[in-house]
Amino acid sequence: MAAPRIIVVGGGLAGLAAVIKIAEAGGTVDLFSIVPVKRSHSVCAQGGINAAKNLKGEGDTTDKHFDDTIYGGDFLANQTPVKAMCEAAPAIIDLLDRMGVPFNRTPEGLLDFRRFGGTLYNRTAFAGATTGQQLLYALDEQVRRYEAEGRVKKYEGWEFLSAVLDSKGQARGITALDLRTMELKSFAADAIILATGGIGAIFGKSTNSVVCTGSAQSAIFQQGAYYANGELIQVHPTTIPGEDKLRLMSESARGEGGRVWVPRKPGDKRPIKQIPEAERFYFLEEWYPKYGNLVPRDVATRAIHKVVYEEGLGIDGQPMVYLDLTHIDRETLNRKLEGILEIYEKFVGDDPRDVPMKIFPGMHYTMGGLWVDFNQMTNIPGVFAAGECEYQYHGANRLGANSLLSCIFAGFHSGPNALEYAKNLPAAEGDGGHGAELARQAELNGKLLKNEGTENPFRLWRELGQTMTEHATVIRYNKGLKLADEKIVELLERYKKVNLSDRSQWANTSFAFARQLKNMLELSRTVALGALLRDESRGAHYKPDFPERNDEKFLKTTKASFTGDIAGPRFEYEEVDTQYIKPRPRSYGAAK
Amino acid sequence: MATKTVAFEIKRQANPDAPAVWEKFELEWRPGMNVVSAMMEIAANPVTADGRQTTPVTYDSNCLEEICGSCAMRINGKARMACSALIDNLEQPIRLEPLSKFPLVRDLQVDRSVLFENLKAVKAWVPVDGTYDLGSGPRVFPQQQEVNYPLSNCISCTCCMEVCPQFNEETGFVGAATIAQVKLFNNHPTGAVLKEERLRALAGDGGIQECGFAQNCVEACPKQIPLTKAISDVGRDVLVQKAKDWLRG
Repeated sequence: MAAPRIIVVGGGLAGLAAVIKIAEAGGTVDLFSIVPVKRSHSVCAQGGINAAKNLKGEGDTTDKHFDDTIYGGDFLANQTPVKAMCEAAPAIIDLLDRMGVPFNRTPEGLLDFRRFGGTLYNRTAFAGATTGQQLLYALDEQVRRYEAEGRVKKYEGWEFLSAVLDSKGQARGITALDLRTMELKSFAADAIILATGGIGAIFGKSTNSVVCTGSAQSAIFQQGAYYANGELIQVHPTTIPGEDKLRLMSESARGEGGRVWVPRKPGDKRPIKQIPEAERFYFLEEWYPKYGNLVPRDVATRAIHKVVYEEGLGIDGQPMVYLDLTHIDRETLNRKLEGILEIYEKFVGDDPRDVPMKIFPGMHYTMGGLWVDFNQMTNIPGVFAAGECEYQYHGANRLGANSLLSCIFAGFHSGPNALEYAKNLPAAEGDGGHGAELARQAELNGKLLKNEGTENPFRLWRELGQTMTEHATVIRYNKGLKLADEKIVELLERYKKVNLSDRSQWANTSFAFARQLKNMLELSRTVALGALLRDESRGAHYKPDFPERNDEKFLKTTKASFTGDIAGPRFEYEEVDTQYIKPRPRSYGAAK
Repeated sequence: MATKTVAFEIKRQANPDAPAVWEKFELEWRPGMNVVSAMMEIAANPVTADGRQTTPVTYDSNCLEEICGSCAMRINGKARMACSALIDNLEQPIRLEPLSKFPLVRDLQVDRSVLFENLKAVKAWVPVDGTYDLGSGPRVFPQQQEVNYPLSNCISCTCCMEVCPQFNEETGFVGAATIAQVKLFNNHPTGAVLKEERLRALAGDGGIQECGFAQNCVEACPKQIPLTKAISDVGRDVLVQKAKDWLRG
């Protein structure tokens, strides 16, 4: 039997991690990515990566990391995979260190660790304030090495359109679009791994990169994969509002001592430095004395919302609060946070070493994603998923610096599992479904190119983003969620009249975007309707009309499946694996 | 009240064989606007200043935080990243052109894969034994980390190559970015095992001796990487390597 062929879609941390494991095990990989893999969204992660190495003499353990992660996620994550991830974390850090990641060091030359939200331990390894960039590069370099050896073939500038499924519903490859020549092609594989990242674009502006549309996940969802916990969306408490996107201000700013405050007097007009300490409202420190500024993200986000919208204390009456680093000396700030401080300086024009930053919460991460089993396989045989595009590791709220870890862990886990699956796969009957799937995609493409109408896809997208941000982020009401779904249905209807202002067959970005948009719209419904159905508050999901967690009814994974019907996806619920840690109330006012 | 507007002139080219044309755009000014948000505006309303329908502009972009290296282009003649080019700091009309040293794809999009090929040629990686658990990495003192970290911040934007007078088809020069990566990996305790191979890769035609010390690279680098220092350090190592290889015969 010929050596198994694996296709990995997406070249961020999870995708590259999977590629490395497959290549190391002797397999060959075709790696597809919209952008050159070195430009993937993982570069944006700033603060660090968690591992209980206990190098600060605090008595930290992988069990405590496990407990913090489960508790931080409000008990919605299946515990078996999370436990495995936390146990694997220290060795993953060592490996990254061996690969040359320039982690910050202690004077003795050992790895330095900082503290992040939702824990009381210094557990976060970091490389300045550009940890994601450094980790991605380390894996990118290893993949380049395998590429030079001929074990990996990269298809950069290709966009995944769909899986090719045979008559038994098993994966036999993918169809993809060359974004330059606009050529549609199918590629054979015995297993495919989707590592296609986040879905920020369905919220219009977010901290995500341009390519994070969720289009690939949505395509496979529409082919029959379950989408799990779609309603669980993390809004990062500290982002810099911008015209084109919301730029992240890393949690490490608070990890290194940054304090969040507003003037106690609404609309205080005095220059910042003349506002005395007693007249500053450090609301996180007052409300959460144990964790202070390092409460988990959902807690910090809601507190900022409350201060701005309920107490009317936003700076100058605007939806903004201060994130203040000016009490820390410049040298320390430059050594530990230079990368993120530069971002603020460059994009806002003020020096955060002198002037407190103005920040506000923004959509950041999806805890939900493709449903996978403990081997990272979706319910479609041969289709695996790893990284932000799947749901497995963060429950109802992700802790800071756990995302880089979950990407690498899941990537490492999915690669060998896909290989194992592929080895046992019988040969395909006939063409394995390639002809039919190619024809289906060619028809979709042809129809879109020729479509007559008046709707501009970029304007439809803006309307989607506005409605999702308004109704499906920090605070959710059932009335608003229904409105959001009605709006999505309206947009789907108007999409039928979409008109491309560019009908050329060369590097046509409008065409590629219009295809993504359809998928964004379909996926948005799982978010809005999933949220509508979850009548409780848990982690990042907060409904003032249902302020308590309801374990009896909702300690369950939401599973959405595509119907193609106007009524929207079908929802079912699955028990959560809670075999190690019994669910208990989650509160950050005191030690847990 | 008349709204404040922003004027753009964008060089358009439908494909590598099509003629280049300049199109003018007039957009409503908004606070905090940058070149990328302006192009998003054009995509949502692709109409030129004289009211003619056109197509959205093709350009590379991804993170919009100046960390992915995608959106390099020439803005008012200067090679830089479009996401961090704030409109309020630019003279109008704002002229956008593609990078000139790379094969054009369409409009402002070019093919910069040559950099990734160069990184392959110099083996810009640490050759680890494997990904299984082999314990912790080598000790690195903070002083060493502080030298390596800035080199590792290279975002592969290719601005340094665009502005280099020596980077052209005639010389085949690898450019500053690749040389800085050679320094980074030669500095690493394990990466150093491939040091000789990397230096030899830079010893021939298109290698380090093509550098003409114009120093444009270090000025253009959006990440302030000490590129000229890296070139002089690696240049010295290449000479030493050449001498060693000559003595060995």
